[in-house]
Amino acid sequence: MELKAIHARLKERFAEAVGEWPEPEAGDGWIEVQPDSLRPVAEFLRQDPALAFDYLRLVTGVDRVDWMEAVYHLHSYAHDHQAILKVKLDRADPAVASLADLWPAADWHERETFDLLGIRFDGHPNLRRILLPEDWQGHPLRKDYKQPDEYHGISNW
Amino acid sequence: MSPATTPTLRQDSLKTDELLVNMGPQHPSTHGVLRLVVRTDGEIVRETWPHIGYLHRCFEKIAESVTYAQSVPYTDRMDYLASMNDGVALCLAYEHLGKIEVPPRAQWLRVIACELNRIASHLMAFGTYGLDIGAMTPFFYGFREREALLSIFEKMSGGRLLYHYARIGGVCRDMDSDIEHDIRKFIVQFKTAFEEYNELLSWNAIFINRTANVGVIPPDKAIAWGLTGPCLRASGVNYDLRKRRPYSAYEDFEFNVILGEGFRGTLGDCYDRYYVRMLEMMESLRIVEQALDGLPEGDFQAKLPKILRLPKGEAYFAAENPRGELGFYVVSDGKPNAYRVRARGPSFCNLSITHEVARDCLVADVIAIIGSIDIVLGEVDR
Amino acid sequence: MAQTTDLPVTPQQMIIDAVKDPKERRRYLHFLDQIKSEGLSSSVAVVPLDAAINWARESSIWPMTFGLACCAIEMMAVGACKFDIDRFGAGAFRATPRQADLMIVAGTVVYKMAPRVKRLYEQMSEPRFVMAMGACTVGGGPYYKFGYHVVKGVDKIIPVDIYVPGCPPRPEALLDALFRLQEKIDVQRNLKIRYFTD
Repeated sequence: MELKAIHARLKERFAEAVGEWPEPEAGDGWIEVQPDSLRPVAEFLRQDPALAFDYLRLVTGVDRVDWMEAVYHLHSYAHDHQAILKVKLDRADPAVASLADLWPAADWHERETFDLLGIRFDGHPNLRRILLPEDWQGHPLRKDYKQPDEYHGISNW
Repeated sequence: MSPATTPTLRQDSLKTDELLVNMGPQHPSTHGVLRLVVRTDGEIVRETWPHIGYLHRCFEKIAESVTYAQSVPYTDRMDYLASMNDGVALCLAYEHLGKIEVPPRAQWLRVIACELNRIASHLMAFGTYGLDIGAMTPFFYGFREREALLSIFEKMSGGRLLYHYARIGGVCRDMDSDIEHDIRKFIVQFKTAFEEYNELLSWNAIFINRTANVGVIPPDKAIAWGLTGPCLRASGVNYDLRKRRPYSAYEDFEFNVILGEGFRGTLGDCYDRYYVRMLEMMESLRIVEQALDGLPEGDFQAKLPKILRLPKGEAYFAAENPRGELGFYVVSDGKPNAYRVRARGPSFCNLSITHEVARDCLVADVIAIIGSIDIVLGEVDR
Repeated sequence: MAQTTDLPVTPQQMIIDAVKDPKERRRYLHFLDQIKSEGLSSSVAVVPLDAAINWARESSIWPMTFGLACCAIEMMAVGACKFDIDRFGAGAFRATPRQADLMIVAGTVVYKMAPRVKRLYEQMSEPRFVMAMGACTVGGGPYYKFGYHVVKGVDKIIPVDIYVPGCPPRPEALLDALFRLQEKIDVQRNLKIRYFTD
């Protein structure tokens, strides 16, 4: 199924929770989902036999300065099609439900997104920093991040 | 003692306790700076927690700060054993977003470079896996062929390990008859060497005992945990990006996808993952032979503006690396540098299954499992 | 590279410098004539103890396997058959810092790894040497400007003896660094430092 057809199928099932088709000029399209309905949509994508998304490729985030986005790339081995979900989150306190119990692969990806961007995943079994040290200040991939001058006495310049 | 059953302890009058052992970031068998915290009950491992981040080199932030062309060499350092493949993957992501046409000769040159690098990477996996298990000889034999390959890469690109060969729109240099002659000589040399490797390790009874029935990953678990590449195919799932979503002229070549089948033990054990890599080396050799025979004429790089700007939008592109699916999610807003680049390293996802698989086994089995997943920490931490 | 040492160049000069008492001096100089007259010049060497210790140390520098990133692969290539660091005595890579002389920091050091690097350096016993291999350890390398998590040069954490530039340095460059380290060891004054003799 093309991504546009998957979008249509989701739109007829979850009317307001799914946004409009974005009509991208270049690159891929995406399916925008409201943050509160991410879990029902994800469960439907996983269990519906015509969609059957069993492989979560990646979970990431993009800092859009005015808002924060969480992006999910899914793939189905049975039908060999893929889906891209996007969730718009509040920039001041970005939080969304965790998908770690639906797809175990999400575990580390969500930890990394929390580490580098600060998006909180509610319901994650072990939401800690994964790449940076535990006592690192700040979330580096945010657009307003300043490099620290020193870390534990080691100068950064 | 058969490793298929959980080893049991002898009842003694001594009081025993569980111990948290730290296989720290500096360890001879962890393929780089990986930290494993292991909860052991004597020699039996109850649980393993991998800790990563000891090589986090900020690739994603750097890709936002430098131009598109300048961000490509940083991918070499991500999976430093398959440097050609990394560069090709990022260039393809940019080309996919910018709808840039790559000339056919450049595509075929990329295929030759990627497949030769696949052989080099699998040779390294073979050699270091032998070292982990305790066999020192395969390492030296593997490096003999690897040095031949590295001389070829040096002629192609100028570097021995990190090449920056793939550029946006093509490759950096053309290939001449001197390099072709070297590659053909290597192909002949490799065919005999492959028999030697099998005799050293693949048919070695000790090696089979150490790796068969160890670290079994069933196919549904492999899919759920996001495994890709030889680890996934060794569990029986038939998915190779070169066949399913062909890129860079891979549809013109004839090769088989190697699947695990429980060669010496169960489907999806360490031996399967190892042997799938060995057979993949021969398939890569076939592709290189076909590519040399049919290399088209033409440019080796497309004409691009001096300051490349990609259109506003986003794209995801994945290539089949020796370790799995290396994907790049690129978001652009029309400027000369990217807005966001997310690198989906295959080793990052493959390593996450360690917590599930390395439990109720021996300490030596943990080493065998990590070695068979074949991680490169540069890709895990980026 | 010329040797910057003021050690005497002939055994006779050594004995004249070291022994002040004229009678003892004549006795030792007589030893040298005896060695020559019995035809043992090719099997008996008279060297300052410093030089003997230095020669032993530089011919068996055992590195510690401290490969962090891409440079580790070139370090492995140096240990493999084509470049073979073992013929210079430095082929016994030890995993434990207690048994190692040389710490080849091969690869990028990041802030998360920095305390471990320092701890391992402190666990090595003296005489110990550090080789900063690769551009990342020399001064941050390609991550110099935008790498927030990269230590800009390993000499911010531990003292370094030899810097090897390159990304990654060729195995021949690593061997050359080993030779320069051997020259550095050549001019060590062990006894004067340790025991304060004159």
